[in-house]
Amino acid sequence: MQAAALTMPTRRDYSLIGRDSQLAVESGLAAAEWYHTDIPRKQMKELMKRSDGPAIRDTAIWLGSMLIFAGLGVYFWGTWLCVPFFLAYGVLYGSASDSRWHECGHGTAFKTRWMNDIVYQIACFMIMRNPVTWRWSHTRHHTDTVIVGRDPEIAVMRPPDLLRVALNFFGILDVWHAMGDLIRNALGIVSAEEKTFIPEQEQPRVVRIARIWAAIYVATSALSLYTGSILPLVLIGLPRLYGAWHHVLTGLLQHGGLADNVTDHRLNSRTVLMNPVSRFIYWNMNYHVEHHMFPMVPYHALPQLHAMIKHDLPAANPSILHAYREMVPAFLRQLRNEDYFLKRELPPTAKPYREEFHGESVAAAAE
Amino acid sequence: MSNWVEACTSNDIDEEDVMRFDHAGKTFAVYRSPDDEFFATDGLCTHEHIHLADGLVMDEIIECPKHNGRFNYKTGEAKGAPVCINLKTYPVKVEAGKVLIQLG
Repeated sequence: MQAAALTMPTRRDYSLIGRDSQLAVESGLAAAEWYHTDIPRKQMKELMKRSDGPAIRDTAIWLGSMLIFAGLGVYFWGTWLCVPFFLAYGVLYGSASDSRWHECGHGTAFKTRWMNDIVYQIACFMIMRNPVTWRWSHTRHHTDTVIVGRDPEIAVMRPPDLLRVALNFFGILDVWHAMGDLIRNALGIVSAEEKTFIPEQEQPRVVRIARIWAAIYVATSALSLYTGSILPLVLIGLPRLYGAWHHVLTGLLQHGGLADNVTDHRLNSRTVLMNPVSRFIYWNMNYHVEHHMFPMVPYHALPQLHAMIKHDLPAANPSILHAYREMVPAFLRQLRNEDYFLKRELPPTAKPYREEFHGESVAAAAE
Repeated sequence: MSNWVEACTSNDIDEEDVMRFDHAGKTFAVYRSPDDEFFATDGLCTHEHIHLADGLVMDEIIECPKHNGRFNYKTGEAKGAPVCINLKTYPVKVEAGKVLIQLG
């Protein structure tokens, strides 16, 4: 790993309707052609193949565990014994929903379309992401991954707002913003930024979903008031706060500290080898370079894809801890120099691509 | 007058698969269905300019490799977000093992 920097005249403008958005379009960074490792068509077809089995199994474990943990939490409510059950329930609600939203949004988790759609709606509700808005924002994220002014899903902008990152381990700012968006959308307002990536014919659906969700939250809050207990909200809504930490822990690693404004996912995305529990919660999104390069490959086939193309990728981080040990210092350096980033080294057998973004002269400018 | 253009031979495409065909500055996608029929559409997704021939054929659906947009390749119908605009389709016939597309 080397450090590198790109010289930019002014601070980054992350607005989707701002200066850098326009610059990305003018420079050809927006909607560009991205690097792909060559894979023979027959092997690619095998990897892309859909099946219902793995996702039905995993969804049964996910929702079944939630029911059991919630039941035990309610049973022990009022005693300290309920705490571990709600902590486990919270992670399955406020973190596992992130990866389910993601995979089912791609339509790759299940072979059967309606199964993807149902789990997508459930997961979107839990993670508090409007299913219409976020389907389109994620589409843009895949078109323009970490392109400043184009990607609406950049988790850590430069210079990094570390307080915001820390608060989001408990969902605090995310939920604040999600609730603001929910109320705004429920009032029939779709923002100017949302209009840049949601087609006009889809916008009424944004409003309809927001109104349904608002009704659910109002009903849950009313039940809490009526019963004089916070328990209904501990089951619905609050787990997005107290169970968010795992999806933030893993999600930050996807692109954190790496290059922006490149068209090669090997340089702006991170693959991290993880323990099996985190991989279950995260649905294998730790293979993030592979996912971005080939979004058609279902989560359960990503380990095979990784084995097949790793000769062409930077070395994966061997653990979450290892990845944090490189990412956190990079965030701290970006506080002083927002152009700083972690330069991914490609293996000698890898094919280079668009070296103007990562040439030696740029690397030399780092220090 | 019909303009039938040879795209490939019938053996060039596996069942339930697709291949790219470029002709006169345009790109097309030629499909072989699971029941051994051939079809053709424009080669680029109507959402963004991505080659559908790199995508996945499932029954009568072609899924775009970039954003998973789905079309019925027999009718060109867009099946939902993120694709909203239908795909143009072309008549196809097979003669003496050659797959011909009507382009005009």
